[in-house]
Amino acid sequence: MRRRRSGSVWMILPLYIFTLIFVAGPLIYMVALSFATANEVHGVDWIFTLDNYKKILEPVYLDTFVQSFQLALTSTAINCLVGYPFGYFMAKMSESGKKKAMLFLMLPFWVNSLIRLYGWIIILQKKGLLNYLLQSLGIIDKPLSILYSYPAIVVGMVYALLPFMILSVYSSAEKLDWSLIEAARDLGASRTKAFWTISFRLTVPGLLSGIILTFIPSMGLFFIADILGGNKIVLVGSLIQEQMTRVGNWPFAAAMAVVMMVLTTIMIALYRKITNVKELEGIG
Amino acid sequence: MNGNRMKKNSKFAGFYLGLIFFLMYLPIGVVVAFSFNESKLPVRFTGFSLQWYEKLFHNSAMLEALGNSLILGVLSCLISAVIGTLGAVGLARIHWKTKGVMEYISILPLMTPEIILGMVLMAFFYMLNLPFGMLTLLIGHTVFCVPYILMEVKARLAGMDPALEEAARDLGASPFRAFRDITLPLIMPAVLSGSLLAFAMSMDDVVISIFINGPKVSTLPIKVYTQLKTGVTPEINALCTIMLAVTLTVLVLYSLIRRIGRIGRKRKDSAADFQ
Repeated sequence: MRRRRSGSVWMILPLYIFTLIFVAGPLIYMVALSFATANEVHGVDWIFTLDNYKKILEPVYLDTFVQSFQLALTSTAINCLVGYPFGYFMAKMSESGKKKAMLFLMLPFWVNSLIRLYGWIIILQKKGLLNYLLQSLGIIDKPLSILYSYPAIVVGMVYALLPFMILSVYSSAEKLDWSLIEAARDLGASRTKAFWTISFRLTVPGLLSGIILTFIPSMGLFFIADILGGNKIVLVGSLIQEQMTRVGNWPFAAAMAVVMMVLTTIMIALYRKITNVKELEGIG
Repeated sequence: MNGNRMKKNSKFAGFYLGLIFFLMYLPIGVVVAFSFNESKLPVRFTGFSLQWYEKLFHNSAMLEALGNSLILGVLSCLISAVIGTLGAVGLARIHWKTKGVMEYISILPLMTPEIILGMVLMAFFYMLNLPFGMLTLLIGHTVFCVPYILMEVKARLAGMDPALEEAARDLGASPFRAFRDITLPLIMPAVLSGSLLAFAMSMDDVVISIFINGPKVSTLPIKVYTQLKTGVTPEINALCTIMLAVTLTVLVLYSLIRRIGRIGRKRKDSAADFQ
């Protein structure tokens, strides 16, 4: 049996070669770069230093990290609050309803995410739809300036990442054994109690994978902050982009990227430890 | 007791699902609606007009970007379909010690924030002295497309009976033949849906592309991004509407193909039963 299988080596070779050169290669290069000395624009001296990491601790840059972290936390929290009930309700639908809901959920994915953001600009701008609606309902007198502010960024982030949260929660709620809840109810548990002790607990893995799937990207989605926030809020993503393209301090950008990678990896490891699940739900 | 009684949604649930769906489609609806607007400003609807569609078809820069995006999407999708499919099947067959690590590294692009992937690829291509442009874009897009296909195919393989392929091998088929005649037709749906997902991701990507496109080549998302930062014309709305229409057509075609495939398979099955 073993000798026979060696006939499959040619199949694996493209993946091995491609992955080693273009995935492992760049990532290793990034780590190396983060310990190198910056030299003029795009230049690198291969002298070992920790300065790039020390630089992150400077208040200006540290603030950026804290700010991104807060924004990611806020949008992830809102994503949980909005996405969890959605995914849960969706799992309770009939089979044909589920199929339809899934289709409607995936469809916006096919519309360019920038164009969807542009839709929000139209809605949130000063003379936009939202202000028009609020004014004609007499809720506000003067138009609100939501666009180019913190809430606008949060709206954009939540909007971009909500489907990931919903799909994660859904895929875990879908597997729920509903007879357990029925049993709990028959045994006298209230609706709320049955939900928290059974449904919620069993869907925690889905919620956690949703949190990871939304938290990680929201640290780096600099274009949302750029477009909806009007450069008012600088995220780690924007900082890295600036260092790469305008300032040209690549080792510093690499150091920030390494820190972000490490944070990401820690989160995924924690998730695996908590849930003992190997694959993130919802993406497979 | 199968719990069906507990699976009923309340009226509130229906309302909630409807509301969130409405909010999801609102921005898209707004963009589509304003593509038919006479006025340049997306504030009030002043009258129906197709002028933005006409202007779009005369905007050569935009059309070139669209062409680039399509070429890039198709090519990176094809290359990663080959690498990913062969890789997934190969990984299921071999038992090397490096297997687990390789699998982890190959889906790493999915777990890496896009911005990091973009910047490391930029630095890496610069080091390799590759000319920035279509080539670097193609490699970059393939990097993040491979994991989608790999994971889809892997999931499909996990649900497949390995005995089918072993039977073919026992009957004297070469590994290649067993792959082509037995495994490939069975995993084809996964290859297709993975490729479709990869294509969508490639057409949508702005963060990675913006690092590796170089000064001369622009993709559609990059073009839209620069417009959003500098000033938008309703041509973008028109473009979005066309893309949406194309997408819907592709999806309908895809589901039709799948349906026909299923009917064909059923016929074959019943023919086999008859014999």
